[in-house]
Amino acid sequence: MEEVTDKIPEEQIESRLQDPLVEKLQSQFGEDIYNAYETYGIKTVVVNHERIFDVMKFLKETPEFNFHFLTDECGIHYPDNKGQELGVVYHLHNMIQNIRLRVETFFPSDNPVINSMTPLWPAANWMERETYDFYGIIFEGHPDLKRILNMDDMDYFPMLKQYPLEDGTREDKNDKMFGR
Amino acid sequence: MSEVKIGKAPEGSEGPGYFLTSLDKIVGMARENSLWPLPFATSCCGIEFMATMASHYDLARFGSERLSFSPRQADVLMVMGTIAKKMGPVLKHVYEQMAEPRWVMAVGACASSGGIFDTYSVLQGIDKVIPVDVYVPGCPPRPEQIIDGILRIQHLATEPLKRRSSEEYRRQLAEHGII
Amino acid sequence: MSIEVNKNNNELVVPEGDYYTLNLGPTHPATHGVFQNVLQMDGERIQSGESTIGYIHRAFEKIAEHRPYYQITPLTDRMNYCSSPINNMGWHMTVEKLLGIETPKRVDYLRIIIMELARMADHIVCNSVIGVDTGALSGFLYVFQEREKIYDIWEEVCGARLTTNIGRIGGFERDFSTTTFKKLKEFIAGFPKVWSEFERLLNRNRIFMDRTINCGPISAERALAYGFTGPNLRAAGVDYDVRVATPYCSYGDFEFEIPVGTRGDTYDRYMVRNEEIWQSFKLIKDALENLPEGDFKADVPEFYLPPKEEVYNNMEALIYHFKIVMGEIDVPKGEVYHSVEGGNGELGFYLVSDGGRAPYRLHFRRPCFIYYQAYTEMAKGILLSDAIITLSSMNVIAGELDA
Repeated sequence: MEEVTDKIPEEQIESRLQDPLVEKLQSQFGEDIYNAYETYGIKTVVVNHERIFDVMKFLKETPEFNFHFLTDECGIHYPDNKGQELGVVYHLHNMIQNIRLRVETFFPSDNPVINSMTPLWPAANWMERETYDFYGIIFEGHPDLKRILNMDDMDYFPMLKQYPLEDGTREDKNDKMFGR
Repeated sequence: MSEVKIGKAPEGSEGPGYFLTSLDKIVGMARENSLWPLPFATSCCGIEFMATMASHYDLARFGSERLSFSPRQADVLMVMGTIAKKMGPVLKHVYEQMAEPRWVMAVGACASSGGIFDTYSVLQGIDKVIPVDVYVPGCPPRPEQIIDGILRIQHLATEPLKRRSSEEYRRQLAEHGII
Repeated sequence: MSIEVNKNNNELVVPEGDYYTLNLGPTHPATHGVFQNVLQMDGERIQSGESTIGYIHRAFEKIAEHRPYYQITPLTDRMNYCSSPINNMGWHMTVEKLLGIETPKRVDYLRIIIMELARMADHIVCNSVIGVDTGALSGFLYVFQEREKIYDIWEEVCGARLTTNIGRIGGFERDFSTTTFKKLKEFIAGFPKVWSEFERLLNRNRIFMDRTINCGPISAERALAYGFTGPNLRAAGVDYDVRVATPYCSYGDFEFEIPVGTRGDTYDRYMVRNEEIWQSFKLIKDALENLPEGDFKADVPEFYLPPKEEVYNNMEALIYHFKIVMGEIDVPKGEVYHSVEGGNGELGFYLVSDGGRAPYRLHFRRPCFIYYQAYTEMAKGILLSDAIITLSSMNVIAGELDA
């Protein structure tokens, strides 16, 4: 059943999707699965950030799920959701049965700490460094969490919504002329 | 009859077995036809440079057959592609290692002025860190434009001959903090 | 500092801590792109290494939050710039998925032709550069001529050679002209001879095989754990191809094979790319033969700019033109993930839309970025020259690495 829910998650919506995969997950983790829906062909679950490592380990190691491939991991910032500003989105893939799953988790921006997935998938190493570089999310258990794409001495996290795109120190472009 | 024109000889007087001209013209001619480029290729313009070096557009006909990846042995620093702020000190380091006479060509919009990337991490033009002689705009410039840029460097290579002691050059180096 | 001789095999034993640090720095002729590897060497053998990237970070994801959907296409060009049409088409398909647009069959087949040409162009560069790195320089010069012919075809369609910005959301900007089809037919006629010549140079060449077999191998389990996709994963033995797993753009109508290697070493990667060139060639021929008639764009006036004659004469077209350019169109909210088989693997686009003119969040799943982290593990214990060709056989493109 396709439903496009509002992507700005306000509070934990009690809407369960009738799907054996999601039901098994909920029977294992109960209240830690906040939300589950399917959008544009990919099932999505929203998980409590304190239990995310256990959920992912369960998804990887249980034979009937077998999400052995981490396709992608990225961060996201919703400054308007107080208490749940920062988030991490994981895309998992079970290549043998060709099932994709998206796992999302949100946490407050004054304590952006979450468990690292590098013990489960070494591919998460650089993906988490990139997420740290862009959003300032601290991954506990990461072997070498430092900036990867930006300069090491940069003192802010550029992808957060409050920072502008252009460089603040440039003096040759006149913003009045270019309508910025 | 082929359309290839033979280049003009410099001014001078000629006789059986000898040709009299001034030394700087000969030196200029030798320099312009044997420029060794250093391809500092970072992104997409680097692929167009590969196409320029390949057989269809053949940069080697103009004397730039031997690419030198060591700055100590290069004449022209061709900066092709976006230079990020992280890369700026590396570029300056490479430029400082080049021996006189040296020229710099900024190939592409990103090297000339930052291109379409007006962001916090991209250097808005390499003339913020090193003095540039020829700018070749384009995104990416066609191989013909890159060859045109090389021809202009060739023109600069003939005159002025002793550029390193000129006012303008010294001022540019001082502005960029290059000793 | 005492260096002893191991009595068993007469090799020198260098105590740890006496390794030589070699900087395979950002500007290096052999690393095709700007990334740095600081290697700890024991003579010629690499003991360990550390990679630094970010020397061409251009903040694509941040730029994408400030640009309308049709202005992000030139940005996607510059990620994997050796095969930019694939990035463009992938982005268009992602937006079409968000908006719920169905493209006609003709558009799909034309897209397949363009994408497979791009895949061929990317593999031509990679394979000829593996040749250059092992010392075989002539092959590069001969096959780049074929790349010029591919550039000619793209130039006929969209006007640009390298960073193509080809296609529009919903289809193409104009139908392919007769010159384009003529050039395609000439390309198809002339390509097999040139590529077979290149194959005869390297494929069963004793020197090339000795250098590349067992050079930088990776097992299938490690490759999957590191998130490998594309030719690098297929060389390790896993037959995962996005075109077959989740067919998009009418790939399901075609029959093609997925070449798979066994050891995951440089020779396997080279041969997998070689065979993929032939499979792409077959796909182009099939698509051209079975090209259906139809429109070159989907019928979506809200997202596809109307032709100029109608804008000047028709009120409705003028209003649509205004709304599209000024961003007054209603875009549905939602999150989409779409992936295509790029030249290097699964190129994914994660798009979150909040109904506005520009995406709320756009994340590119870049295959190069993900598999390059395995390089220091693959390069452990091998000689420096072998490490160089391992790197060039992985086809790391700096634009896709840093984005």
